[in-house]
Amino acid sequence: MEPFTLLQPESALSAWDNLLAFWRFEDMNVFWVLIGSILLGMSASVIGAFAFLRKRSLIGDALAHAALPGVMMAFLLFQTRDPLVMFLGAVTSSFIGFFLIDWLPKNTKIKPDAALAITLSFFFALGLMLLSYIQGLNVDNKSGLDKILFGQAAAMTQNDIRLLGYVAIIILVTVTLFFQKLRLIAFNRSYAQTLGISVKFYELLLALLIVMSVVVGLQLVGVVLMAAVLLTPIAAARFWSNELSHMLALSALLGALSALISTQISYLAPAMPTGPWMVVSLSLLFILSLLFAPQKGLIKRYLEHSQLRQKVAEENILRTLYKLLERNQLDQQDFNQADIQALRSIPTESLQKTLKMLCKKHLIESSSRGFRLTKEGFELASQLTRRHRLWENYLNQHAELTPEQVHKQAERIEHILTESQEQQLQAELENAHYDPHGNLIPTQRSSQNTNARES
Amino acid sequence: MFAEFGINDIWILATASLVAASTSMIGVFLILRKQALIGDAISHSVLLGIVLAFLLTESRSLPVMLTGAVFIGLLTAWLSDTLHRVGKLQSDASIGIIFTLFFALGVILVSLYAGQIDLDQECVLYGEIAFVPFDTIYFGGTENGVEIGPRAFWGIGIVFLIVLLSIVVAFKRLETIAFHPSLAISLGINVVFWHYFLMTLVSMTTVASFDAVGAILVVALLVIPASSAYLLAKSLKTMLWIAVAYSQAAVLIGYSLAYQLDSSISASIAVSAGLLLFATIVILQINKKRKQSQSLMFNVENPVEFKSK
Repeated sequence: MEPFTLLQPESALSAWDNLLAFWRFEDMNVFWVLIGSILLGMSASVIGAFAFLRKRSLIGDALAHAALPGVMMAFLLFQTRDPLVMFLGAVTSSFIGFFLIDWLPKNTKIKPDAALAITLSFFFALGLMLLSYIQGLNVDNKSGLDKILFGQAAAMTQNDIRLLGYVAIIILVTVTLFFQKLRLIAFNRSYAQTLGISVKFYELLLALLIVMSVVVGLQLVGVVLMAAVLLTPIAAARFWSNELSHMLALSALLGALSALISTQISYLAPAMPTGPWMVVSLSLLFILSLLFAPQKGLIKRYLEHSQLRQKVAEENILRTLYKLLERNQLDQQDFNQADIQALRSIPTESLQKTLKMLCKKHLIESSSRGFRLTKEGFELASQLTRRHRLWENYLNQHAELTPEQVHKQAERIEHILTESQEQQLQAELENAHYDPHGNLIPTQRSSQNTNARES
Repeated sequence: MFAEFGINDIWILATASLVAASTSMIGVFLILRKQALIGDAISHSVLLGIVLAFLLTESRSLPVMLTGAVFIGLLTAWLSDTLHRVGKLQSDASIGIIFTLFFALGVILVSLYAGQIDLDQECVLYGEIAFVPFDTIYFGGTENGVEIGPRAFWGIGIVFLIVLLSIVVAFKRLETIAFHPSLAISLGINVVFWHYFLMTLVSMTTVASFDAVGAILVVALLVIPASSAYLLAKSLKTMLWIAVAYSQAAVLIGYSLAYQLDSSISASIAVSAGLLLFATIVILQINKKRKQSQSLMFNVENPVEFKSK
């Protein structure tokens, strides 16, 4: 089977024509390359997810490198480029690499990370040595062997694609069949063992699937960058969900998408190796997930963080106003910035900003005499103070901390205690009316009383 | 065997020997600090640094290449660490994501500007040490200066001296950080600074070795001789000496292997380093088994005497 003809885009226009030609599938081979690479992207991402969960993210990197001498040996021994022969050679040498990575740290002083790097670089060097040896020999068919370093979708033959498709389907079906057991082992290996699951068998199965997906990916992605196809999709999917089945589905989707993009680029510009483009598109998807994922994305986390900081700043001022009220025995209701800053050191700029926010929320009102708590503001402030003092009391009584130690902790917890936690605390500390510093704990009723008195 | 052994072979051997010595010394610290993988990552991403430096300045002079590589190398180390902390990813996963991206970008740039850069995809992977003698530099200007030898030789020579000097000058600190990181912190040693210092040395060594051995074989020279030495040595000083000795042996064996098989010299050197490591492991295992069986026999024959010890 001949590799399909390469199109050479000369201008943007011809690139566009080529893109149209690509999608009209005038060349059936193009269609099958596309299907094959999407299947590969899906299966590699799914199987890579399990390696990731077992905290062996870079195992794919080592195994892909370890496949290289196998391919070369198979070619040297059988003098053929039959995909199945290459596949078996690659699987054999990857497996030797897999056992070596496992064996070295168990039997010598060498640490696991060094074992990985040793295996990876030694096998790769061996592969390159054999490749350069083959290139010096006078044999047929040797051109194109070097394509498996970076992958070239355009150089794939139909036999390659057929094998790729079969293997990808085997992987997807196996993962679906054994999903429950693989999940259990990935998350809790020792529990799975106590349930009588043959962990060894499933680990071997998983290793076999990883090796197989790495090996069939070589034609498309190449030895050097195969690691990213296993690793990056699941790392990106992790930002979107906590549910394993969702993560797997999403990483399969990302894998398929990047396969789609890179196959097209490789088709439009045949000088371009496919692997690097697949990695770049995956990395872009990863960066997008890292930034924009709705719950764990950096932007969302940053917003939440600054919201929390804003909330804490506001609540601190409310509480300071409450304390000022308390000190002046409710004689004085309006306090200026200097009063607030005398009790709590806040930079003037942020104090003004926060006061403005509080006014906007109608928690305080400003007048020429200063700031005063509104009814809502007073309720919120006494609730915060109650939580603060209840917590101080709790720490003092139950954790046996001295009154000097409790304030700082209460200062943090007051902002995050919930209604029900507050009630629990109150039930626990039934007859506590004063905090460890001797201040009255405002009760719900007393705050209402004060309000009544105010009005 | 070396019937046509000439001046070119001497340049190749000298370059390879300096590459092997520098990488194995740096590798000792990577192995001791359990950072073999970050060494792997930097050696890949340095490619992007080289290509970018070349595209920006159109110069292949050593300072430009070193600056580009050190910049990208430190960026790789810092980004991997940041992704680990901020993105809450396992550290090896974050290393893997960053270096594959950088390496992919490097390869794409190489393919895009294939005509303009004196690099191709294969050269990126295993270098062309056989061509080292033909790319010479001149002392005192290209036109009327004196030819002083291959560019790659002088590049790695300077880096070798930097590495050697750093290790000699900072030996005590590096030793403390390698063996007792927490003691180093309590002694007030700036561990973060020395971490990035080590990463700078890794980047510099990698880029200076790039012409000769390419991106991935550098990893072999970084980790394999140092691991062999790790199995045998009892102190940092002996570990450094043993690692260098292993690397030099690998260069000699690898060179003759390549000569015999007509294969890539740099790949053969890396393979020899691996074979030496496996030979060491086999000998150590046999020794261990023998000692075990001896003590077992001893135990069976003279149980009382054994116990009284």
